[in-house]
This record gives sequence, C-alpha cells and structure tokens, in this order.
Amino acid sequence: MANGSVVSAARPAGVISRLAKHKPAVFGALVILGIVAAAILAPMIAPFAPDDQMFDGLTLEGAPMPPDGKFLMGTDLLGRDLFSRILYGARTSLVIGVVANGLALLIGTLVGLTAGYFGGWISAVLMRLTDLMMAFPALLLAICLAAIFQPSLWIVALVIALVNWVQTARVIYAETTAIAARDFIAAERTLGAGTGRILFRHILPHLMPTIIVWGTLGISTTVLLEATLSFLGVGVQPPTPSWGNIIFENQTYFQSAPWLVFIPGAAIILLALAFNLVGDALRDVLDPTQRGRA
Amino acid sequence: MAAYLARRLVQSVLILLGVSLITFLLLYVLPADPVRQIAGRSATPETVENIRRQLGLDQPFLVQYGRYLWGLLHGDMGRSYLQKTEVAALVASRLPATLLLMLGAILSELVIGLSMGIAAAVWRGKWPDQVLMMTSFVTVSAPQFVVSLLMLYVFAVQLRWFPIGGYGTFAHLVLPALTLGILGSGWYARMMRSSMIDVLRTDFIRTARAKGLSRSRVVLRHGLPNAILPVIAMIGIDIGIFMGGIVVVESVFGWPGIGQLAWQAIQRVDIPIIMGVTLVSACAIVLGNLLADVLAPFIDPRIKLR
Repeated sequence: MANGSVVSAARPAGVISRLAKHKPAVFGALVILGIVAAAILAPMIAPFAPDDQMFDGLTLEGAPMPPDGKFLMGTDLLGRDLFSRILYGARTSLVIGVVANGLALLIGTLVGLTAGYFGGWISAVLMRLTDLMMAFPALLLAICLAAIFQPSLWIVALVIALVNWVQTARVIYAETTAIAARDFIAAERTLGAGTGRILFRHILPHLMPTIIVWGTLGISTTVLLEATLSFLGVGVQPPTPSWGNIIFENQTYFQSAPWLVFIPGAAIILLALAFNLVGDALRDVLDPTQRGRA
Repeated sequence: MAAYLARRLVQSVLILLGVSLITFLLLYVLPADPVRQIAGRSATPETVENIRRQLGLDQPFLVQYGRYLWGLLHGDMGRSYLQKTEVAALVASRLPATLLLMLGAILSELVIGLSMGIAAAVWRGKWPDQVLMMTSFVTVSAPQFVVSLLMLYVFAVQLRWFPIGGYGTFAHLVLPALTLGILGSGWYARMMRSSMIDVLRTDFIRTARAKGLSRSRVVLRHGLPNAILPVIAMIGIDIGIFMGGIVVVESVFGWPGIGQLAWQAIQRVDIPIIMGVTLVSACAIVLGNLLADVLAPFIDPRIKLR
C-alpha cells in the first residue's frame, strides 16, 4: 500500500477516493450509473412504448427497419422500437442482478458463516452440500430448474440464486474459519458474549470487504446467466423485454438484421464488464494481499 | 498418495450419487408430464395410464430412483422416452463430438491466453499490459451466445471462411473452438501474467540476463517452463467450466455433442436423457477437479495432499 494508510469497509471515504484513482473502475462506475439512470428514466427517455408494434416499424416486405433518424437502433421483427426495448430491458437486467445476486449472497454468507464458525458435523454437512453443488453442470441445472417452474422474473431470479451461492459460501467459509480461530474471538467468548453477538458483531464486520467484492463481481455473473437463460427461451418471457430475450426473439433475422442481435449483446457485455471492473478494483482496495493477482 | 486417492474417489462417488438423487428429484416433481408428451394430445386417458405403467412412472419416488440406480450399476442409463434408444448408446454416440470440441477449446484457450499473459507480464505496467488486461476483462464479461453469434456473423456469414454450423471437418471445429478459446482466454491470461511476473523477479532470471542472454530467450526458455506450471494445473478446473456451458455453444453452432442432446431432451421433457447427460457432465467436472488437486503437489512440492 503506497501511503501505508489502513483502508477498511468502515471508512468508505477512503475506499471511494482510492477507487477514483483507478481509471477502469471509474469507467465501470460511470457505465453502471448510466445504465441505472436509463432504467429508472426509461418512460421519459424512450421515444416509443416498448411493446408498441408500429405500422411504419417494418419495411414494405415486413422486415425490421435498420437504425435511422426515427428509430435510433432500428426496429425488431414485430416493428417495435429497439432503443425503447433496450431501455426497458435494462430494468430487467438490473432487477435480476440485484435480487438474484442479493439472494445468492445471503445464502452463501449464511452457509459459509455457519459452517465456518460451528465446524464439526454442521460444517461437514454444509460443505459437502456445496461440493455437491460444485459438481453440477451449472447451466444445465439452471435450465432444468427454469423449465420446472414456469419462468417469470422472480422465478428466474430464484433459479440464478440457487445456482450462484456456492462460490460465496466457499470463500466466506474459509475466511470465517480463519477469523474464528483468532484470539479476540476466544476472548469475547470468555467474556460471555453469545453466539449471535460473536457472529454478527465480531465476525461479520471482518467479512464485509469480501462480501462487497463478491457481491459486485456476482452481479456480473448474474447478468450473464439471466441473458443466457433468456436467450434459450427459458428465462424472462416476452413481451417483458430483457436483453437476452430480445436476441432470442430476433435471432432468425440475425443475418439480415444483425443490429437486433449485436446491440443488446453489446449492452450485456457493457453491464457485465462494468461490474467486473468495479469489483476487481474493490478487491485491490479492500484487500491489499490480493493486489495484482488474477 | 494411494490413501488420499482412495478417499477422494469414494468422495467423488458419493458426490455423484448426490447429484443423481437431486436431479432425479427435480425431474420427478417436474410439472410438465413426460407421458403426455409421448402419448400426444389426442390420447385417451387409458393409453396415458398404460404408458405411465409401462415406464414405471406410476411407482413411488424411491422405487423409481432405486430402479434407476440399480440400472446404473449395470451400465444401464435407461431408455429415451421418445427415441426408444438406450441413453447410454445415445450419450456414447454424442460424447466424441463434445470431447473433440473440448480439446479444441482448451488448446485455443491456452494459445490465446498464454500469449496474452506472457506479453502482459513482459510489458508490465505499460500500455500493452493495460490493453491486454482490459481485453481479458471483456472476454470474461461476454456471454457465450453473443460471441458465438458474432463469430458466425463475421467469419461464416460475411467472410464465408467457415461453414455456418455442423460437424464433420476441421473447418466445422474452428469457429466453436475459437469462440470458447476467446471466452476462456481471459482467466488463463491473468493467471499466466501473475505467474510470469513472479518468475521474472527471481534471481536465476537475473543471472540469465546477466550472462547476456537475449530477453526473448530468457522469457521463453527460462521463464515460461517455470511460470506455466500453476497455469497447467487449472486445466482440470477448466474442464468443469467447459462442461457447465456446452449447451449454448453446441446449440448455436449445431454441434452434435451431449450439450445439444441435453437441450433437445429438455425441450421434449425426455427425462432419461437429461439425467444421463447431467450425470456424465458431473462425472467430467468431478474428475477435472480431482485431476487439478492430484496434480498440484507435482507442480508445487510445497503442497501436501491431506
């Protein structure tokens, strides 16, 4: 660490000023802010309603219109304005990103914390369960789960959370065992602190940097998984626009109307990239031992 | 070592048993009724009941699962509901294609990723490093289907260098393998970079430079053999990642592997095939992880297997 100052999650000002020196992270944060703003302001920015099938939205032959002055990103196979659908699709991606990833983070943290602190048979059972989850072909599992329940926005979020909590659980488990073995925890116990107090007042705060880093990186994984499920047709269902299902609906046109595939595709990459950049920078800032590692 | 291997193998079998139980349970509670799919819409309730009895689907869950496990022990993965073929035979006929794709994918990942990593380490902190590391971030942020479609559009539709999909010749393999290679190269690049940076800092590299050897010779002949070892250990893990994602690439490129088989089976609720492919993929993942752990002490003698 250059100036030897201690940065912790408890001092967010230090974290933010350090992040501000990290150019890729600033770029990522600006992209996230932009996409969040676009999602919130969608009704005001969008030139057309996202599900309005316009008569002049198709050529005389019934093909989608390429991008022009009226339709900034062209129209899709039903004559709907792609730009408006992309704006509303940002809502889907962000909602799923936050809900599914929040849920995965919650499950992962609880499992890792419980297993790491109590050890013994509790840890054996919980960690064997995570081993089991690691052995599942993740996408196949998600597709099966999404096919079992009739997919809706919330079901898709739930499915993604059920597939994605494992990594967090393993990391939190490893850290919790290390912290629980330290003297200050033994001291707390001797002083009569209850289990709940030790877990949530003394161990959890030490895990916050890890939780923040994994929470940020996890949104990127979540966005990609949602897009993939929606692209296969088992994710968010049309007419609700999602960047993945826009590609799913229009892929038959991808040779003659490539913008219908590559504009939403670029949007997915941009959002996932932004969260990866910010997450990676957070890892550098919050955990100096990880600096420069892959 | 032998005791460790034995314990890990037992654990692996238990894990696979768990995977089979969970998958079977999930498919058992599936609201989409496979019997309806087989019988068709116009079937009478009697026909439906007959088919259900024939397939043993009227039995309680544990009986069905027990029968399935018993079959597995005898190498019988059941029969496809719709194709009336043995699942084991179906999977076996599709597996070579998937393995070929895996080989191509891992080779191109290594070639692309390692070159990126070496270049980034050599020019550490300069602009090539920054550009390459940014690229590696983009590759891990890109969904498979978008890159697959992009490769198809550029190299098959526009340039017409490669066929638009299918299987059979080397030309068919190039695009799907390259797609997976680009997507997976990011992780290898980052690992190779940090590993190479560590090696280039050591004294024997300084000695080699002091002897007057050229920079490229030092990096490729002295640095690379040392730096590559921890990266090679990751191939086992990578097999798991590959197996987790083949459904998408195989269906976009029309590659007749087990991923495509699984995707078709999911759409038709052909449960025995879904079970079979899930188990085979889980096997590959477990074996890959085992491989990575067993190789670790050979690569870094400080690691002891417990």
